[in-house]
Amino acid sequence: MPGPGHYLALAALLFTIGAVGVLVRRNAIVLFMCVELMLNAGNLALVTFARLHGDLNGQVMAFFVMVVAAAEVVVGLAIIMLIFRSRRSASVDDANLLKY
Amino acid sequence: MTAAQPLLAAGAQSGEAWVFWLLAPVATAGAVGMVLARNAVHSALWLVLTMLSLGVFYVVQSAPFLGLVQVIVYTGAIMMLFLFVLMLVGRDSADSLIETLRGQRVAAAVLGTGLAVLLATGTFQALAGTQMADLAAVNAAYPGGNIQAVADPLFSRWVLGFELTGALLIIAAVGALMLTHIVREKGERRTQAELMRARFAPGSYPGPLPGPGVFATSSSNATPAKLPDGTAAARSISPILKARELTAREAAGKETER
Repeated sequence: MPGPGHYLALAALLFTIGAVGVLVRRNAIVLFMCVELMLNAGNLALVTFARLHGDLNGQVMAFFVMVVAAAEVVVGLAIIMLIFRSRRSASVDDANLLKY
Repeated sequence: MTAAQPLLAAGAQSGEAWVFWLLAPVATAGAVGMVLARNAVHSALWLVLTMLSLGVFYVVQSAPFLGLVQVIVYTGAIMMLFLFVLMLVGRDSADSLIETLRGQRVAAAVLGTGLAVLLATGTFQALAGTQMADLAAVNAAYPGGNIQAVADPLFSRWVLGFELTGALLIIAAVGALMLTHIVREKGERRTQAELMRARFAPGSYPGPLPGPGVFATSSSNATPAKLPDGTAAARSISPILKARELTAREAAGKETER
């Protein structure tokens, strides 16, 4: 019978896998997808806590996280496309003009 | 009826246990597959698998509205947006296997494992003795079920946040339009007469492009069509696809010159 600890352990595991993905991957779009995975893990934690306390505000917060993630994906992908158009590369290692 | 309710509750609980222990490895496998996949499109598909299993988790945890929003909005809209942008931008730029920062992968693996163990055991042990509250009763208090139960705080207590996130979505859409807008000067755009004249000018082929390969031997779009002398026609395959090499049987002639 999975209790709240099980769901939160799964959320923590997914969050960490997303964090490792952000560190390791260099394609900008895959990096972005790893950030989305971290947001999803946070959503799972929020929904679990909502069920733990019997309070629906957790689900409302998860809903807001989804909306903000959608807006973030729209703007972020537009920026990635813009960088690709001018630099012809989707690798985050190549966008180093501001490097000292 | 009161005797059947504990049985129903026990059935629901064991059903939830089945769903959890079946889908938790699936979600984890999707996450790991997304991080480790070489091809960016494969990464997106692994993430879709994870998001779908998370949607099922939300439904099982008495949040059916959020579960369906997860499937429809997150998986259906956001991941499709990712796939469209991959189609335009990142499809053939796979990560090279050589890591430019020394020790980055080892450090990421070690620290990642440490963080996972720390967070997972910390949260698991902190919540060891607690029980889930009965959210089904909260959902049943409203005639509209979970949807109305989520709408009640959303439109009363959090209405300001709701309006602000709506404005944020509009700003994001307009911002994406502005960022990707290509500015064309007035005289730059070629008229239809110019396009037609250039099409029939010597040196450019006016007909349609040849379609991809022979469907009798392979149904892949990456199979090139064959010219009359047997070589592959380079114009018959899309430039972003890797041309599928013809097998020996397919490259051999069809013996029609008997």
